[in-house]
Formats: sequence, C-alpha cells, structure tokens
Amino acid sequence: MRAEVPPPSGSYFPHSHLLGIWDLDPIEIKYLLDRADAYADQNRSSQKKTDKLAGRTQINLFFENSTRTLMSFEMAGKRLGLDTISMSTSNSSIKKGETLLDTAATLNAMHPDALVVRHADSGAVRLLSREMNCPVLNAGDGRAEHPTQALLDALTIRRRKGHIHGLTVAISGDVTHSRVARSNIYLLNAMGAKVRLVAPPTLIPTDAESLGVEVYHTMEDGLKGADVVIMLRLQQERMQGAFLPSLREYYKYWGLTREKLQVASDDVLVMHPGPMNRGVEIASDIADDLEKSAIREQVEMGVAVRMACLDILISGREDPEAHLYKGEGT
Amino acid sequence: MTLTAYVNARLIDPKSKMDIPGSLLINGSLIAALGENIDIPESAEIIDCKGKVLSPGFIDMRAFSVDWEAAAAGGITTVILQPDQTTLIDNDAAVERIRARAKERATVNVIPMGTATKAMDGQEITEIGQMLESGAVAFTDCRKPVEDAQILKRLMEYASYYDALIVQFAEEQSLKADGIAHDGGIASRLGLTGIPSIAEQIQIERDARLAEHTNSRLHVALVSSREGVEAVREAKARGVKITCSIAPHYLHLNEHALEGYPTFAKVSPPFRTEEDRLALLAALADGTVDTIVSDHDPKNPDLKRLPFGQAASGVSGYETLLPLSLKPVQEGTMSLLDLIAKLTSGPASLLKLDSGHLSIGAQADLTIFDPEQPWIIKRNQLKASATNTPFDTLPVNGKVWKTIVAGHEIYSA
Repeated sequence: MRAEVPPPSGSYFPHSHLLGIWDLDPIEIKYLLDRADAYADQNRSSQKKTDKLAGRTQINLFFENSTRTLMSFEMAGKRLGLDTISMSTSNSSIKKGETLLDTAATLNAMHPDALVVRHADSGAVRLLSREMNCPVLNAGDGRAEHPTQALLDALTIRRRKGHIHGLTVAISGDVTHSRVARSNIYLLNAMGAKVRLVAPPTLIPTDAESLGVEVYHTMEDGLKGADVVIMLRLQQERMQGAFLPSLREYYKYWGLTREKLQVASDDVLVMHPGPMNRGVEIASDIADDLEKSAIREQVEMGVAVRMACLDILISGREDPEAHLYKGEGT
Repeated sequence: MTLTAYVNARLIDPKSKMDIPGSLLINGSLIAALGENIDIPESAEIIDCKGKVLSPGFIDMRAFSVDWEAAAAGGITTVILQPDQTTLIDNDAAVERIRARAKERATVNVIPMGTATKAMDGQEITEIGQMLESGAVAFTDCRKPVEDAQILKRLMEYASYYDALIVQFAEEQSLKADGIAHDGGIASRLGLTGIPSIAEQIQIERDARLAEHTNSRLHVALVSSREGVEAVREAKARGVKITCSIAPHYLHLNEHALEGYPTFAKVSPPFRTEEDRLALLAALADGTVDTIVSDHDPKNPDLKRLPFGQAASGVSGYETLLPLSLKPVQEGTMSLLDLIAKLTSGPASLLKLDSGHLSIGAQADLTIFDPEQPWIIKRNQLKASATNTPFDTLPVNGKVWKTIVAGHEIYSA
C-alpha cells in the first residue's frame, strides 16, 4: 500500500498517453478523478455537450469485440465535441495481413487527435503508442490493463463512500484473466485501499501477493468486513483447460448471493464491470439492489472518466498550462 | 606451407588443464608447436598477441543459423546447427548437404544435429545410424521435446546402440500450454500467460529416468530454472548419463526484463526469477552445467515488431557469447580455464569431436580474446543477420580479437 501523498501544486499531468494505471502516481489518479467528477455532474445536467475539443478527431480502434466500452468512449468524445470514428477488426486491414504497427503508421498519417485502442494482446497498446503522435488511450489490452475501467470504479467508490483511502475492497472472480482486476489492484493500492482477491486457486494469478493484495479462497473469509465487493466476469473465452469444474459449482461457492454478502460491512457497495453473468457470478437480487449495487452508476461514471481522460490528454498536449495541478490536497 | 606464430599469448587449454604464457605455431592448417619456449622458424609470420588469451576455438552446440560472419566475430569456430532449418535435417542427404556447403565456404566449421523424430512430429524415430555416418553429431527436435514416453524410450534404446546423444528441450508441453513468460509475479502483473518452472523440472526428471533405464546419453538443450538445475544435479548424482547447457543471457537477465513488453527479451524457455538466475550461475560454477551455448536465433525485425504475445522468441547470440559468459569469471566464482572448458572441450567431448583442444597435430581452430577489454554492445554494430539482442548499450568486458579456423584467420577485430 502506497502512502497518501498530497499533490504538489504547479506540476503538470506528465503523460502523453493513458496506457495503464501502473504508470500513474496517486496524485495523477486523483487529478483524473477530480476532472471526471466534474464531468459526471455535467452529464447529469441538461447541458451535457461542450465544444471544448471541437474540430479534433478521435479514432476508436477495437481489435476485440466490445459494445459497452466502445459506446462509452464514443459518447465521451461526442460530449466534448470530438469527431469520433470507430473501427473494428472485421473491417480493418489486419485481416489482410497488415501488422499492428502498419496500422498505427497509417492512422498516424491521418493526424487524429486521440486514438482509443482495445487489443487481445497484453502490451499491444503500449507498442502501438510508440508509433503515434497523438494520445493513445488503452481501452483494454489482453490480460494486462483496462485503466479507464479502474478509474470509473474508483470514481464510483469515491462518490458513494466519500474516499478510497482505508477501504477494504474485495475483488472476486476470474482474476487470472482479468485486465480489470489488474488495473483495479494498482489503482486501489495506490490510493491507499486494502485489496483482497477472492477466487478458487485456478483463477488467482501466480504469486498474486507480490501485487500487494491478500488472497482468499472462500467468500466467507474474503468478504468479511469488506466495504466494497467488485465481482468479475468469468472470461470463459480466455479459459483453456480445466479452470473450473462447472458454472453450477462456481456459483455455489463463489457466486455473490445475499447470504454470502452478510459477512461484509453493513453498507457494502457491490460492483461489476459488466456484462454480468447472472446466476453465475452474481445473484440478480443483489445486482438489482440499487442500495447496495453501484453497477449502473459504474456505467454512468465510465462516460465521465473517459471525458476526463480525453480532455486531459488532448488539451494538455496542446496547452500544458491547461492541466496545472491546483494542489488542493487529497 | 605457411608458418604463423602467435607469440606472447596466454595459452589456455581446458582439456590438458594448461594455462600458461607462451606461443603457438601453425603450419598450414595444423598446430605445429605450442608452449612457453618453442622454436619459431625465421620464415614464420609472427603475430604478437600482447598477453591476450589464446584458446581452442569455441564450439557452439545450439545455433539456429550459420550466420558465419557473426559466428566468427564471436570467436566461434564450430557451429552445431539445429536441424529445424528451412529444409529439415532429418535424413542423411540433408546432413551431407549442410556439411558440403560449409566446406565450400571455408569459414567456420558447420556440423548439423539431425532431428530426433521424422518431421519433428514426435511419432517416428529418424535414421540415426545413417545420419551419424553422414556427419550428424546429435539428435533433437529443437524447440520441443519428444513428448511420447514410449517413443522417447525407443529413441533412446536405438540411439544407445550408436552411443548417440539425444538432446531434449525441457518443457513439458501440456504445462507450457500457451505460456510465453515465466509463471511468476511479473507475468501476473503484466498479464502474460506463464510457463511454470516445473514444466522444465518434470520433463528433465522423466527423461532422466528413461535415459537411466535405457543406459543412453541425454543432453538437456537449455536449463533455465533452479528446479531444472536440481533435476540435472540429482540425476547426475544417481549416475545417469545426463548433461546440460545454458545460454549466457540467462546468467544476466531475469523475468524483470519483460517490463514494458520488449520482444527482444522474449526467449524460450523464458527468463525466470532472480533466484533461478543465481542457481544457474551456481550450477555453472559447480560443474552441473556442461556447456554454454549461444542459442543464436536471429529473427527478422518483422517477427519482433509485434505485440509480445505474437512476436517470435529468440536472441542473436553469437557476438555476445563470450562477454556474457565471462560473468562468473568476473565475479570470481570460476576460473577462466573452467569457463572456457564449457565452450570448447565440454561440447567437443559430448559430440565426440576431434577439436576443442590445443595439441600438436590438431586442426588450428583458435580463438584469441582479451577477457578484460571493455566495450559496449551496440545492436547496429553487430554482424549478425538480425540483431535481436536485449543487451543493446550494455557495457561488457571481454572481446574476441582473432578467430582462426584451420589456420586461416576468419575474423580480426
């Protein structure tokens, strides 16, 4: 767990891209969250759209299928006045044998102002970013990172709980295959939360403790006293071999039910990055319990977080003064 | 005949345990005299080595490309070519073609291994007898082990009749699965699929039992882990005819080399933990490791400029072989004599080659190097056909000065 550090005033957001939470310091995370917070409020008003980034172009390049994240990024761009273009692998040249870097060079020649990329290989977005002259935002790469998901989860927690520091957050489910889990672990650790992983041994990464977490294999132990429970989707498409005997057995021991949740803190917040497998990872009555579940709010915060990231990266590149930390403390 | 005298050298010959100042005289392609005080005819060309080490030429037991200029620059006089070439070396004609081509060029000696199974599919054993007769020196399926225990047992039984060496890649395939990095904390953090060390250990332990049962010679192509080293050490202690190699990049890098997903650090087996790296250094020093190999595998940049998961594995290893291998000498855990044995007499003995030693009448295959000369590895200055090294800009000590094959100087710095 990193120490809580007050942000220094007078320093700039120093990153050209948003590739992963691992690259960010606590003050940078806080800065992104603060900006997103303001956009979340704006999104609830009637004046949702600004022309702050009008005339700029945002390309969403998705090498993996996605509906929610792609829509969220599109909406975020449009609300900032960006012209957004979305491409998926089915209509890209990758299928004709073009390499990722060829694609990057081609897109770069078109002078986009932001590139949002999802790719099935860990590290692929980082590789691509080296060839681009515009900000690259990672919309999920392999099992590695999904930084905007972690930021939107953090924003949701912060708005509900008022803070992140000191909370106990249990992340439960298929951690091994989850980029969401990795980004969440880095972010929550950075912001001073205590992170637990709860899953059968086959779904916990090797040497997981080195990531700064506590590992539990039973929900009863892992959820005890937890302030937040983040359930993960079972990534059956990434599972080769025998990770689980059956979904029925998984739900019995690791699916989130009201009964299992009883050991958590009274005001526990339940989250899920979606899409949910109801009756596998989570019981419907928990997912739909608006008091405990923040699942819909996560989707809402997703747009705000992506607006903040696009804004900070694009306008910060054009005018670094635009993103000077104010130093108001955490 | 041409007479050339290399004088003022530090003569190192691991086979005879010689480490003395002296001179060496070459008459044509053969060593004519060597020692502290030898008679040098007036007609001889004199080359002053200025105290540099003169040793038998290096024999590299694991190389995927001839890449002779790079080999010569690395002090390698004999390349043992892996059989998964464009045309597989899985029959006597292929062996003979490789040997004939190498002779035409008159550069480094090139001797192939043959495949252990036909088409390297792990199903049918190859014509070991005929390939041996044509000049193959060992048999391997290169980057994958012969998985089927029954087939490996028969392969070993058959090979033992010829006392042929079977070289196995130690990576149990079902445990490897789709792994691309060491199964540890770094792979977990980077989101890369892991290959556990026990994949190496289990393969070595099983293969060692079969070698014991068949009384045959087994060589582990590359050891990368503490568990793998221990498996070899235990089998040796039991009297199994087992030997193993390491590549020097494993002495320098651990799993942390994968931070940032650099594809030049993608190797097979993967870089493992710091504990594993130290175990390899210890195993080299205590004699568990028999040979050091370059694992030279130049990869076209197009195969490396890809996301980590899709990129080819392999490093360009010839020109960094010596400086990287000298690490235990520089750290004081091994003598230079013992280290050079791993590059000369060690592989020569395993492959039954009449080289790898300094003696009168032997072919003059020599490497002359300064073990302390500092230099900086620079990718763009390497001679290899592809320069996929993770050691670009690394300052090192130890540089080859001259490489001599059959009396001909094929490289001079």
